[in-house]
Amino acid sequence: MSDNNSNPKSRRDFLKIGSLIGIGAVAAGAAGYAGFAAQDGKEGHGGEAESALSDSEKKIKVLTEDGQLAEIKASELSPVQKDQYTSALQEQGREGIPGKHWVMVIDLARCRNVRACMASCQNAHHLREEQHHINVLRMQESEHTEPYFMPKPCFHCDNPPCTKVCPVDATFKRQDGIVLIDNERCIGCRFCIAACPYSARVFNWFEPKNHEEDEDLLYNVELNVPQKKGTISKCLFSADRLREGKLPYCVSACPNGVYYFGDLNEDAVTNGTSGETTRFSELIRKNAGYTLLPELGTKPNVYYLPPKNRMFPFEYNGKTTLEDEHHV
Amino acid sequence: MSESLSKEQAKKLVDKYAEDAIRPMKNHKGFLPWMGFLGLVMVVFGYAYYIQLTEGLGVTAMRDYVSWGLYISNFVFFVAVSLVGMLVSAVLGLAGQKWVKPITRVSEIIALGFVMVAGLVIITDMGRPDRFLNLFLHGRLQSPIVWDVTVITTYVAISTLLFILPLIPDLAFIKKKMKDMPVWQYQLYNILSLGWIGTPEQYKILHKSIRMLSIIIIPVAMAIHTVTSWLFASTLRIGWDTTVFGPYFVAGAFVAGTAAVIIVMYILRSNYKLQDYFTDHHFDMMGRLLVLVSLLYAYFNINEFLVPAYKMKTGEAVHLHTLFQGAYAGLFWVVQIIGMGLPIFFMIFKHWRKPNNLTFIAVIVLIGAFLKRIIIVVPTLLHPHLPIQNVPDEFHKYMPTWIEVAVTAGAFAMALMIITILLKIFPVIPMWELAEEKGITEEFEKYD
Repeated sequence: MSDNNSNPKSRRDFLKIGSLIGIGAVAAGAAGYAGFAAQDGKEGHGGEAESALSDSEKKIKVLTEDGQLAEIKASELSPVQKDQYTSALQEQGREGIPGKHWVMVIDLARCRNVRACMASCQNAHHLREEQHHINVLRMQESEHTEPYFMPKPCFHCDNPPCTKVCPVDATFKRQDGIVLIDNERCIGCRFCIAACPYSARVFNWFEPKNHEEDEDLLYNVELNVPQKKGTISKCLFSADRLREGKLPYCVSACPNGVYYFGDLNEDAVTNGTSGETTRFSELIRKNAGYTLLPELGTKPNVYYLPPKNRMFPFEYNGKTTLEDEHHV
Repeated sequence: MSESLSKEQAKKLVDKYAEDAIRPMKNHKGFLPWMGFLGLVMVVFGYAYYIQLTEGLGVTAMRDYVSWGLYISNFVFFVAVSLVGMLVSAVLGLAGQKWVKPITRVSEIIALGFVMVAGLVIITDMGRPDRFLNLFLHGRLQSPIVWDVTVITTYVAISTLLFILPLIPDLAFIKKKMKDMPVWQYQLYNILSLGWIGTPEQYKILHKSIRMLSIIIIPVAMAIHTVTSWLFASTLRIGWDTTVFGPYFVAGAFVAGTAAVIIVMYILRSNYKLQDYFTDHHFDMMGRLLVLVSLLYAYFNINEFLVPAYKMKTGEAVHLHTLFQGAYAGLFWVVQIIGMGLPIFFMIFKHWRKPNNLTFIAVIVLIGAFLKRIIIVVPTLLHPHLPIQNVPDEFHKYMPTWIEVAVTAGAFAMALMIITILLKIFPVIPMWELAEEKGITEEFEKYD
């Protein structure tokens, strides 16, 4: 890669360093991982902020070639080959976080279609306006039942129809239950879109939204950024945030406490708005939680609490009914 | 058994075979304009595909819901047509249907042309064709796509063998007979005829090999279209999630392929005066075959549509409503009635199995078969289990763009080009087989 203009080059170098530091921070997060922090800004996790300070005396953590964690003066950092670090990211991305079984609970009684979840998700994953990793749907079961809003992420099924059909192992399920997509390997056949009964996947039909700015970012399979033309993108349960011990983007963004997220193995889920942690099994039992389209046998890891005793009445485009809507 | 012919008659007959077989390989005034036309279509294809490569698959009308469209329909159609090679040369051949002899080579050529292009058109649907090799580097056996790649490759290989093995005696013959051919052509025949000298021993081996290949190709051909149907049937989508898809697709393939063979037979017959090989009787028999396979296909259609229509399960009801009286009703009824029902009815009458009439019907059946693939692929994608919301209007419908039409036209041009070239290089009349039937193999081999 040769650049005549020095400005973009230095910007790119900066981005590379930023990403590298990102890995360091990510690795540190993994090493010091100890359950959830409901609040942001845990110590030692602000990799990007540190590089922005460009304090030459500051020491930062980096991941060495053999996978060791090391400290180095910020001033001594120099740009490096992308490939090596991409493969390190790939490796940890495919492996997942040992001992975890991530699970999400969505309380339909609390959703009023604010769409903060959608916005923060699209922002984090550099998605176009029409690309939804999470989509708030307007639902109505039958003619005489009440309409309600239903946020729909990927369900990270335990029997995922999408990963089965992938011809190149580009989409896969890792040990912590998350279904990811590797857009460095995806051939763009879109078989997984056809196979997913929940329409949870999107495709990059054109150049992705930020493709010029993102061009030199290291590809993080846990964030699926940079997005790539001609490949699939999907909800990742914010695997990058989980590695840092944080809640997913959508979960943290919700102002109404719709989302709970946690670990099935610990039987604990944390509400993204209140920060309260409760027993998953109790939450489901007390509220008659359910999964969507269970007859398909996909075994989703996203549970819904029914929209009873709703905090907000249903209203969309000034209407309280859904008669004109397209719904199956 | 035919009455034994005198030496004189036998020589005359071989003379005639040679002349008729070589005529289509000679220059024809229509050849260059035809190839020029196909070339032009290919240039437009190249331009359209270039745009698609640089701008992304978004230049098609496909979007996140209808994420498969014309390209996948093309693929299914091309695979479907290619099955006819197996039907004619293997099934009918093994069943002892002697009349198919002159038609076997036409069928094999069509099969080869279409299956080769099927392998290529699927690439036009890929978002990242540059990563095609990932299929081999990272191929996963769980995926029906990998099964498809495997069986299609196998089918191409066996079809090629089933095409070139029965050519051996004829190529050895033409090598001696055709004096004014270019050196490369002579070399080609020389290599492909594998030192054939026509001994009884060689004939025995040849017969055995052809028979063996004819048997092997049946399960492989069944597999390519069954697996292709599984690209759909292996999903949980309403409209695809059905167990009838394998045989339904295979039956549909026989319809498309038989129609294609009738059309090519007609073109050869009228352009190269081959009435003695593609006789009225052959058209009559192909017409009967088309009725048979169409009835079989109709039977699967009844199973595919009537059974769910009786139950009207929630999702199925939406799907069937779209087909029977919704957005796709026009296309659906045209395909079912004009593309399948009426042709069956007309072809029952001998009058409609005469060459001109039958070819007319075959053209309609083939167009119907193509449109049917769109009906199988698209409407299902328009009504997933969960509603399509918060996306632009264009996500709710599908109408192919000019890019998709141009790429499709290019695929057809490519298949026709392969077929034209094969017909130009290789004799379409299986001389040695006809000679054998007449009991004049000896005269055929000694001919000079």
